[in-house]
Amino acid sequence: MMTGIAHYALAVLVWPGLLGAGLLGFFYLWLARKLVARLQGRRGPPFLQPFFDFVKLLGKDTVIPRGADPGVFHLLPLVSVAAILLGLMIVPVPGSAGTSFPGDIVLLLYLLEMPVVCDVLAGYVSQSIYGQVSAMREAVLSLGYNLPFLAAVIAMAQTARSFRLDELQHTPFGVVTVLAVIAFLLAIPARLKSNPFSIPNAEQEIVAGAHIEYNGAPLAIFELAHALETVLLFDAFYVLFLPRFVSGMLNAVLYVASGLVLMGLATLAAATTARLTLLRAFRFYWVWGGLAAAAAMVVAVVG
Amino acid sequence: MNPFAKLLAYARRRSPWIYTVNSGSCNGCDIEIGPCISPRYDAEQAGVLRQGSPKHADILVVTGTLTHRSHRAVMDIYAQMPSPKAVVAVGSCPASGNVFAGSPSIAGPLDKYIPVDVWVPGCPPRPQLIIAGIAEAARLLAEGATADQNRKAVA
Repeated sequence: MMTGIAHYALAVLVWPGLLGAGLLGFFYLWLARKLVARLQGRRGPPFLQPFFDFVKLLGKDTVIPRGADPGVFHLLPLVSVAAILLGLMIVPVPGSAGTSFPGDIVLLLYLLEMPVVCDVLAGYVSQSIYGQVSAMREAVLSLGYNLPFLAAVIAMAQTARSFRLDELQHTPFGVVTVLAVIAFLLAIPARLKSNPFSIPNAEQEIVAGAHIEYNGAPLAIFELAHALETVLLFDAFYVLFLPRFVSGMLNAVLYVASGLVLMGLATLAAATTARLTLLRAFRFYWVWGGLAAAAAMVVAVVG
Repeated sequence: MNPFAKLLAYARRRSPWIYTVNSGSCNGCDIEIGPCISPRYDAEQAGVLRQGSPKHADILVVTGTLTHRSHRAVMDIYAQMPSPKAVVAVGSCPASGNVFAGSPSIAGPLDKYIPVDVWVPGCPPRPQLIIAGIAEAARLLAEGATADQNRKAVA
């Protein structure tokens, strides 16, 4: 029993949880900033920049806007991080404990939505008009990108005839995989809130997005949540679509490589495109994302 | 100094986020601030990020002379920034009023209203000098030597 608890504590706090995913997430955030800088002909921030930003924010005072509930204000970033940590714990990545149970992919999908819900609430709690606009945008955008995203997952589950992550990761490669990968990739930039779908945090239009009134430690926790969310999203891609090797080493290499490639692709898209309006982004997801989703579903059900 | 305080001081020096406000400038200094984050000068190497919300910023960068219309806004923005914070006055205008000195519409030097940590002289100063000013303010933040931190220490 004791070893069981220690086992879970290790999974949540070290790997694949807080420490490991936190470091990996900060590395992804640095990679994105560095890559954008290089593409723009700049040198870019030093390797430890996201870590410096995080520590500095932790050491600042917190100003709570008048009219905002201090409890909710502090709780939202923590709920966001806790939900993602739970998600990271159940995903079977290399070196994880492998706690799989029937229907864990459904739980994972709900947990992936928690940061979005927390952001939307944070926007409304902030009492700022910009925060509220951002919250509305984020809620609408999530209705857009979740069509291809959920369809990709469901098509893979249909092919594997299972809602268990450890069975899903052994789905054989086929036409469904290709179509589902396309649908999933389309949803990634919007999930990361990067260009051309940086609509909820459009700094030139609505100042700073849903976190506009956040500062100090709560903002630091939100930054951490974003880093962890990135890792969890890439974890989901790795588990759903990539093949498994017998060798654990090869799996680990593939896991890291897949994260680097996904972050690179998302950053390339971010650095070379301009922000779309909400209507255009929504139309993009329901037309092109919808086509990819429909194709994946049809092949999964018929084939 | 305990290890966390040391780390925090180092992080403060390496991560200065700025918020810029034009309190009545001729726009010359604002044009010089733009290139600070452009490929040629790239202040992001030093961790400088331009923030849209004063609540996210560590350093308030003020350009231009304070006018009767703008000085309350500058004080309000300064009050909104969470401590520890620093102020960098860019150009000659915040210090002396420059060519506008003696005009009935200006409200006096910046440090009459908020404590200023670094003065960057010039009309307008070059981007290198503005970045040096921001780096100096970040060093003061790390050493706990800004006016805001001294006021806290006394109180």
